[in-house]
Amino acid sequence: MNRPARSWFSRLCRLLPLPATLLLGGCHWALLDPKGPIGMDERWIIETAGGLMLLVVVPVIVLAVVIPWRYRASNTRAKYEPEWSHSNKIEAVMWSIPIAIVSVLAVICWRTSHELDPFRPIPSKEKPVHIEAVAMDWKWLFIYPDQHIATINEVAMPVGVPVVFHITSATVMNSFFIPRLGSQIYAMANMQTADNLVASVPGTYRGISANFSGGGFSGMTFKVKAMSASDYRQWLAKVGSSAKTLDAKQYLELDKPSSDVPVTYFSHVNPALFGQILMGRLSAGRALAMAATTVTSGGETGPIRRD
Amino acid sequence: MFGKLTLSAIPYTNPIIMGAVAFMVICVVAILAVITYLGKWKYLWTEWLTSVDHKKIGIMYLILAGVMLLRGFADAIMMRAQQALSYGSNMGYLPPGHFDQIFSAHGTIMIFFMAMPFIIGLMNCILPLQIGARDVAFPLMNNLSLWLTVSGAVLVNVSLAVGNFSRAGWLGFAPLSELHYSPGVGVDYWIWALQISGIGTTLTGVNFIATILKMRAPGMKLMRMPVFAWASLCTNILIVAAFPLLTVTLALLTMDRYLGMHFFTNSLGGDPMMYINLIWIWGHPEVYILILPLFGVYSEVVPTFSGKRLFGYTSMVYATMAIALLSLIVWLHHFFTMGNGAGVNAFFGITTMIIAVPTGVKIFNWLLTMYRGRVRLETPMLWTIGFLITFTIGGMSGVLLAEPPADFVLHNSLFLVAHFHNVIIGGVVFGIFAGISYWAPKIFGFRLNERLGRAAFWCWFIGFYVAFMPLYALGLMGATRRMDHYDVAAWHPLFIVAAVGAAIIFAGIILQVVQVVVSIRQRELTRDLTGDPWNGRTLEWSLPSPAPAYNFARIPVVRDRDAFWDMKQRGVDLKSSTFVPIHMPRNKAAGFLIGGCAFVLAFAMIWHIWWLAIAALAGVIVTLIRHAFDDDRDYHLGAEEVRRVEGLHGRVEARS
Repeated sequence: MNRPARSWFSRLCRLLPLPATLLLGGCHWALLDPKGPIGMDERWIIETAGGLMLLVVVPVIVLAVVIPWRYRASNTRAKYEPEWSHSNKIEAVMWSIPIAIVSVLAVICWRTSHELDPFRPIPSKEKPVHIEAVAMDWKWLFIYPDQHIATINEVAMPVGVPVVFHITSATVMNSFFIPRLGSQIYAMANMQTADNLVASVPGTYRGISANFSGGGFSGMTFKVKAMSASDYRQWLAKVGSSAKTLDAKQYLELDKPSSDVPVTYFSHVNPALFGQILMGRLSAGRALAMAATTVTSGGETGPIRRD
Repeated sequence: MFGKLTLSAIPYTNPIIMGAVAFMVICVVAILAVITYLGKWKYLWTEWLTSVDHKKIGIMYLILAGVMLLRGFADAIMMRAQQALSYGSNMGYLPPGHFDQIFSAHGTIMIFFMAMPFIIGLMNCILPLQIGARDVAFPLMNNLSLWLTVSGAVLVNVSLAVGNFSRAGWLGFAPLSELHYSPGVGVDYWIWALQISGIGTTLTGVNFIATILKMRAPGMKLMRMPVFAWASLCTNILIVAAFPLLTVTLALLTMDRYLGMHFFTNSLGGDPMMYINLIWIWGHPEVYILILPLFGVYSEVVPTFSGKRLFGYTSMVYATMAIALLSLIVWLHHFFTMGNGAGVNAFFGITTMIIAVPTGVKIFNWLLTMYRGRVRLETPMLWTIGFLITFTIGGMSGVLLAEPPADFVLHNSLFLVAHFHNVIIGGVVFGIFAGISYWAPKIFGFRLNERLGRAAFWCWFIGFYVAFMPLYALGLMGATRRMDHYDVAAWHPLFIVAAVGAAIIFAGIILQVVQVVVSIRQRELTRDLTGDPWNGRTLEWSLPSPAPAYNFARIPVVRDRDAFWDMKQRGVDLKSSTFVPIHMPRNKAAGFLIGGCAFVLAFAMIWHIWWLAIAALAGVIVTLIRHAFDDDRDYHLGAEEVRRVEGLHGRVEARS
């Protein structure tokens, strides 16, 4: 599906936040300087909604200072009408101003909620890359099921190609979030969420967990490498040549809580691993049973959406 | 014998905690010593601890809230200091486990034991006076509510010295708060503190709904009630609607933790998403429970200090009711990022934005009330203007967060933290201070020191912006909340600025403590002898300050919205010549005893001391039964005594 073309109104709204962007320009503002279209659209919403509201907020703040000063008790020249407390006309205006603004915001809300639903595939001529992400205590495991590789705390993606992150958690709730690229989504045990993102500029970006998950939470960050197609192929080859593999036994080792974990690469990863984690077959409680068997059967990896 | 409780539960190796514990113990011992030295134990017991007088209960709530404000703010300063230091190779002075307890305690304390007791305290002190009632509907239950709340607060403080507090955040999200991920007593302290104080709050809700609906003075129709009474009515309806949900959610979590059940666990069919849903179905109305009474306070302060009727009373009432209703259908905006469908997100995003309409109307109402008035810029009015400016900004960032796609990048960020402090400090806390400085003469009998009050306002106002504007910026830089450490250079200066802001607020709090001390010492200078120091408009100002135990010697007849203003216009004489005996409730120990037993019950449950828990529960039941058979619950204050007390305030007309 194509994103619906924005109306003249939307285009007009785009002009509103321009000064804000100029004012706040700079490379530190992850959300105001996004590196992909999802993030760009979300910035547009923040700036448009913010700009529209400033249309009332600024006058209200000015009035909140001017009125009490103009009508201060010592200013006896100002008009004083102690019994004046009602005016249908004014009340009508008073209710209509916020209703008008909220109506516009509500339309934006309805449309963008659907357009920017993290589950929604990004339309593109390129075939999307599928990456599976598992939140663990306290690191991120990324599995590339098609390439049979996995990494800890580092994820690479080709620029301009949509990436579908299939996300779950081996532990408590976390939130999968790459601020420069846009939308976050919760990672939850026994459940699968999805985040469709695309990077349009090469670079290394911060990825985080945006939901407190215990002692090692602050160090639970990962590197996101957006690369050209050739660099990306090289990276895949590099990870694929790693001597480390990730079988069930290794996985259970990884499952133990650890913080500030360095980037690690694994090759020869069974593409069914994610499904196994998702089904809870690799939970610590079944450690012994799992140690004896190898991961062979393919797990269900289709999107399980609970809404 | 003592369950899990051993001496090692006391963290005597941690100098920071032990310092805080030592300070706490010294304060408590000092207070007990002073009471003993002055020989005031009997007075304290008979006149205060067992009191069923709503005015005294209100004051005790205010004291509790004030003390807990200091405790919660100490946590805030520690967090700001940690985040100002903890960049790059510097890990700060707090290890993660300790930092996590501090932010969990900060949120828990500020919401449940600072903001709630302040608003319930203000309602207690003022509401019956405003509607022309002699007390609340259930005076002893009111006393019980207080002691249940105090028990919860004491539990939180005990957790500092014995064991530890929850590390799972102020809402204890499952599955992090489940036994598997949070073994130990921390989450149990949190559960029981909230459970006990929450029941107290529910009882308060019942009490005030009955009071407002059944005990108004003759002639005070609903649409003649002061807006504070309206706002309180809405808040108490929300309390009764929402708090049982908290009770049930906590009970389910308790069963998970104590009985090995699986309501919210990751395994065996448990559903953590259900916990997030349930806790926010309570949690969102809770923030309106906090703000609505303060909207009421502003609606009293602005007309009084503008010498003018409230503009658009009817709009104000409908806006309040609309906010109360809408607050029940927006909870999902706390987790747009949990994988809900786009339609669900959009629905809750739009309901959330709609709240901005009645709220916006209220802001215009207050502005138009000042318009063509005679505005006296005294402390309560300063807080109100500070509120109008600050809350508008907070409302704007709130509506921004209501756009689900914006929330997808701002959820759980420091932008969010800045937003809710923007509305809670700018709305709730400023409102509490406006209310206290406005009603102080009525509650205590004297005004608070004006100069120190102003200075404190400016510190709070400026400090707020210095402390929280950097957090908005940090949120836009992609900084999330609850980090004990970070490694992004660009964030560091902003965290330092935020810490400076917290220090400025701290100066404001110190000034307020000094203000209280100075005001008490100089009370003879600012004593309110007229009962109406601000040229007030509502019934509480028709009474002497502080109001006598029975409030109204003669129940007033209400003819207009601003009842007392109307009486003044008509020249109604406040003096009486004839007095009748007044039916009064008797002070009882039952509330205090049940509160005490509840504390012991909770402590025993936390440490798995089963025999003690059973004994404490038996104590609660026995006290209830004993009270049920106690027929000596009330008395009549004789007409001569009423005449004597009224005479002290010059309100007796010589018999002609």
